[in-house]
Amino acid sequence: MTILLTITVLVLISISIWQITKIFELSQPKKVNTQVADDNDNQWNGQLMFAFLIFIYGITLFSFWRWGDVMLPSSSSEHGIEYDNLLWISFAIIFFTQTITQGLLHYFAYKYRGEKGKKALFYSDNDRLEAIWTIIPVFVLAGLILYGLYTWTDIMTVEENEEALVVELYAQQFNWKARYAGDDGVLGDANVRFLQDFEGKNLVGIDATDPNGFDDVVVQELHLPAGREVIFKMRSQDVLHSAYMPHFRAQMNCVPGMITEFAFTPTVTTEEIRQTDAMRAKVKKINKIRRENSEALLAKGEEPLEPYVFDYLLLCNKICGASHYNMQMKIIVETPQEFEKWMTDQQTFAEFIQ
Amino acid sequence: MSTAAAYLDEEDHGHHHKETFITKYVFSQDHKMISKQYLITGLFMGIIGIAMSLLFRMQLAWPEQPMGIMSALLGKWAPDGVMDPNVYLALVTIHGTIMVFFVLTAGLSGTFSNLLIPLQIGARDMASGLLNMISYWLFFISSVIMVASLFVEAGPAAAGWTIYPPLSALPQAQPGSGLGMTLWLVSMAIFIASSLLGSLNYIVTVLNLRTKGMTMSRLPLTIWAFFVTAIIGVVSFPVLLSAALLLIMDRSFGTSFFLSDIFIQGEVLHYQGGSPVLYEHLFWFLGHPEVYIVLLPALGITSEIIATNSRKPIFGYRAMVASILAIAFLSTIVWGHHMFISGMNPFLGSVFTFTTLLIAIPSAVKAFNYITTLWKGNLQLNPAMLFSIGLVSTFISGGLTGIILGDSTLDINVHDTYFVVAHFHLVMGISALYGLFAGVYHWFPKMFKRMMNKNLGYLHFWVTAICAYGVFFPMHFIGMAGLPRRYYTNTAFPYFDDLANINIVITVFALIAGAAQLVFLYNFIYSIFYGRPTEQNPWRSNTLEWTAPIEHIHGNWEGKIPEVHRWAYDYSKPGQEEDFVPQHIPLKEGEEELQH
Repeated sequence: MTILLTITVLVLISISIWQITKIFELSQPKKVNTQVADDNDNQWNGQLMFAFLIFIYGITLFSFWRWGDVMLPSSSSEHGIEYDNLLWISFAIIFFTQTITQGLLHYFAYKYRGEKGKKALFYSDNDRLEAIWTIIPVFVLAGLILYGLYTWTDIMTVEENEEALVVELYAQQFNWKARYAGDDGVLGDANVRFLQDFEGKNLVGIDATDPNGFDDVVVQELHLPAGREVIFKMRSQDVLHSAYMPHFRAQMNCVPGMITEFAFTPTVTTEEIRQTDAMRAKVKKINKIRRENSEALLAKGEEPLEPYVFDYLLLCNKICGASHYNMQMKIIVETPQEFEKWMTDQQTFAEFIQ
Repeated sequence: MSTAAAYLDEEDHGHHHKETFITKYVFSQDHKMISKQYLITGLFMGIIGIAMSLLFRMQLAWPEQPMGIMSALLGKWAPDGVMDPNVYLALVTIHGTIMVFFVLTAGLSGTFSNLLIPLQIGARDMASGLLNMISYWLFFISSVIMVASLFVEAGPAAAGWTIYPPLSALPQAQPGSGLGMTLWLVSMAIFIASSLLGSLNYIVTVLNLRTKGMTMSRLPLTIWAFFVTAIIGVVSFPVLLSAALLLIMDRSFGTSFFLSDIFIQGEVLHYQGGSPVLYEHLFWFLGHPEVYIVLLPALGITSEIIATNSRKPIFGYRAMVASILAIAFLSTIVWGHHMFISGMNPFLGSVFTFTTLLIAIPSAVKAFNYITTLWKGNLQLNPAMLFSIGLVSTFISGGLTGIILGDSTLDINVHDTYFVVAHFHLVMGISALYGLFAGVYHWFPKMFKRMMNKNLGYLHFWVTAICAYGVFFPMHFIGMAGLPRRYYTNTAFPYFDDLANINIVITVFALIAGAAQLVFLYNFIYSIFYGRPTEQNPWRSNTLEWTAPIEHIHGNWEGKIPEVHRWAYDYSKPGQEEDFVPQHIPLKEGEEELQH
């Protein structure tokens, strides 16, 4: 990487030097210096336009080759499969259009570079041509809109049902809490007014007059059973936050004063995704980087970094203050049996405030 | 021709009153001087905005590493040479605000609308020189306040350029939401007043002061773009003003427009019943059209420069005008695509997806028309032309990813990630900046009577063009990795450790790009004083501004204002000796005006 950067810098420096010498050459008194492009300028800038086209194609390919593996792995939620399909269809359209239009633009800029005495073609209109490039985008976009809206409605229609697990995500500067509905499957009423009840032990402001609240379970680590729909109810106590779970293609803002919703069905357990080839390769790469960084830290006499193990993430994705960058919660997707077992080990609200 | 223009025409301009230094250079009512004032203020703000971006890019590339430059520039805000997280947020906030409003709205639109509207439509000056002067000075005052906010003890506003409440409303939420935010709001309120005065003037001038023969269908595309931009501004800026005023009320007078049920710093606040989502609607009602307020003038400038330098008529003049109008109309009904996951009703999301993706159609028409204009041209690759071609390139690259972000479904997972940052920087940031540069290179002779050095211009373009892609192309990948924007560092997540290299590459490109802007700055300042004196019409262009004398005179033309007999794009017309026929040249016998 450093080598690549050095090369880039060197190339740019040499271009600058070449340019500066050109300036000296052109500022010789003999030549008429009008500062309007002449044939020579058109010639070399036209050629650079062509080179620039290759640069655009090149940086695209290079980025995919070099950094393709940083992209999110395929979705770990049910609706995410549809999401990924739509995403790759859109990308295909984008790359196709990008390749052709950038090609034409820069090729024309090269091919038709000016020469003295040449006359341009007087060509100001062609209704048929314009109709074509209006209608083609219309059809392509109509397809994308229809597919997109179909998926959107599918994802955003949250229907309360017996089977689904209801979880409240509670955001505050700068951490997350999750509240499970408990045995009755109903979250107790809550409001920030109750946060100071029970000597501050009422972590998410549960209303103690609502009997539904006593069996609620408040935790700092989000556990989800695979294969079961989870309906999230988002709340925030102070400023806007956004609950972003990239591996599940899920995100919703947490807005003070209202409850927002998002639902998805996780399909891949934490254990399963750790075993996939893509994830193993990624974790290996990250640990290699961490080992290198640790050596530098050790040399300075500091603690080395812990080796990294993959876990799903919940991140805050709406600017919320100084520690916005570190507002996170671990998500663990496990089998329904493991989930039930974990749940029985947790304290309910009634137990916690004792 | 309107009566006002006829009246002005009879006056003898330029001789009948003496000008002092103050009336000529400071409180000038002459549109040419005001345009220079806008440009220079805009460039100054641009230097601040770009310098800030370099600072926070360095923080992202080398987090937690002490850097001398940080302590030198930020002082106690960078203890031991490491930037404070609050300062990081303040820098991204002020960078966004300055670049969007002060550089690309006032600096771009203010400069070129002022310079070109009277000169290209054949008017003596703006409809109201006084309002025009007030507009600039309000902009100047708002710039001063914005810059002053950088020196507040607790730091400037830091809630992101969108300043969503409650973060921006509560001083307890972050240090930047104290005095810094108050100054931000005051500055923006004044800025909006400035923008409204300017826009009204542009609209009235274009409608009423066109010279004889300058019908709407003969207007150069620059004027169409400035005119429509002004209309969008008048429609949408007042809504931002109302949002800012309501936010001031919430902050200072205890109202609850945007606030409800808040517990912060161990205290339940009294606010009840307000909604931050309301603020988001009000903000983006301007915020989205703002993108086009920034972009349309750049596209107008590009249309003019590409046609002139291709020595060809702009392809599909009518379609270009229609697409400007379509974009302007659609731009006011798509704001919700910034709010797909704000908690608003998902059905609204569907509607906004539909309207948003429709914008791709007029945008595609514009891109194809530019490409076709190049086809079989005789391209004069002046620096202005290179920047215009560069604009089309970044407009396409950045615009295409809009297909993903405008789709409510796909937005779920890329919303507020670096994918968005890459998208909007390419499609509106870089594109509009290229428009600004193209405009400066092209009209510099008109503004300063001298030419800019072309070789430094070429150097400036090529380094900037490479770096723009070098910065923003890899950034898409950081977004696709799921990294949120406005993160002070990604080291809190080992999962993102493999992004460190990309961040360094981006920052190195950004630093080189920053250095390339110094070349421009040098060229700009040097050429004002020592550039080669220009000819009257150096680019052999058709539009009226090049018929005005090189020496600036009050009233623009000695004697009568030229009459217009044809559209602005008779380049390389068959049967003509020269490859351009300026608008004021009457049709030859038997020559037909093109039905465009």
